[in-house]
Amino acid sequence: MADNIIEINDDSFEKIVLKSDKPVMVDFWAPWCGPCKAIAPTIDALEKEFGDKMTFVKVNVDDNPISPSKYGVQAIPTLLFFKKGQIADQITGMVAKQKLEETIKNVLL
Amino acid sequence: MITTDYDLIIIGAGPAGLTAGIYAARARMNVLLLEKAAPGGQILITDWIENYPGFPEGISGYDLSEKMKIQAESLGLKIESAEVHSLNLSNDAKEILIKDRTITAKSIIIASGASPRKLGIGEEKFFGKGVSFCATCDGPFFRDKTVVAVGGGDTAVQESIFLTKFAKKVYLVHRRDELRAAKILQERVLKNEKVEFIWDSVVTGMEGFFGVEGVKIKNLKTNEEKTIKANGCFIWVGILPNTSFLNDSVKTDQFGFILADARMQTSVPGVFAAGDVRDTPLRQIATAVGDAAVAAVSAEHYIENLS
Repeated sequence: MADNIIEINDDSFEKIVLKSDKPVMVDFWAPWCGPCKAIAPTIDALEKEFGDKMTFVKVNVDDNPISPSKYGVQAIPTLLFFKKGQIADQITGMVAKQKLEETIKNVLL
Repeated sequence: MITTDYDLIIIGAGPAGLTAGIYAARARMNVLLLEKAAPGGQILITDWIENYPGFPEGISGYDLSEKMKIQAESLGLKIESAEVHSLNLSNDAKEILIKDRTITAKSIIIASGASPRKLGIGEEKFFGKGVSFCATCDGPFFRDKTVVAVGGGDTAVQESIFLTKFAKKVYLVHRRDELRAAKILQERVLKNEKVEFIWDSVVTGMEGFFGVEGVKIKNLKTNEEKTIKANGCFIWVGILPNTSFLNDSVKTDQFGFILADARMQTSVPGVFAAGDVRDTPLRQIATAVGDAAVAAVSAEHYIENLS
């Protein structure tokens, strides 16, 4: 639930995520999820660090049931990394910032 | 007098670490708190807390940790996002190795907490695909579905009750024939019509293609095995200490929980432990906060006596 991250929805998912030229990180979150809110500042910081090379977006799973269900998301926070419309990596649950940085660098390779 | 980067470094920003930070900041110590993920620790995965005094209506785990963090930061506590890789405690200037550098301190408080214990039956395959340790994160994905919960303590019982807000049925599997949870929680769960108990039993396996579809259960008394059709399996069978960075630098019990005396000092002078990571008979927010207050004052005295 990062504050500076663009909120997208089921309708805009294809255009913004799947058809993006840049790799995209999608943060699946919900307002009732404490860990989602707790990692938000970390996601914001990562966006500042990597925002020129990767697009960062978030999807509220309460309002948008289709995209989480399509990608089998059954736990949040889940971060899906897309490259040319395909899932390149996935992180579920709260993890260290260092692990997130390593994953992003790997996806950007 | 030895020269170090900090007087005190606190490892972990759960209730214990944040409380130690509040005391150390008020004592005007030069203190740094290191947290690998996000401030809050295990209370972030607790949906509702009603045994921590001062909140008569109860409070969500996230809100309580956010309040503690704001309180600590407003007193001047510096929190850095970094994972501790190892400690070198052989000199007066204690060394902490993080990703990009080594930092030194006169004293250390280890408040790195604990993590949910796994069943060890290969459930990793289904992490994020039906297996969960966090009802408040994942419960709503199981609306009108059947789930299995494992355990018999406070967490298992309280979170199972929370799951019934969403799931149509919760099977609570427990290896004994009675619950260990607080009586008030037992009263609530025994009244809950959506919860069915499977006593004297353990989970031995899970099956499913895209996610969990069935949970295998074995009765320990009859050795009878059966598979329950369920889409989720929530595991609450205790915790393990977060101590991978310790490498035997301080003494622990056989499970890895850190041994400390009444002043929270570990086997190494100047190194203290507080909260769930400590060998202690009770692991609650209230006890973590109490440990941390003692540890912070002990650290302050230790540093004063160095000079």
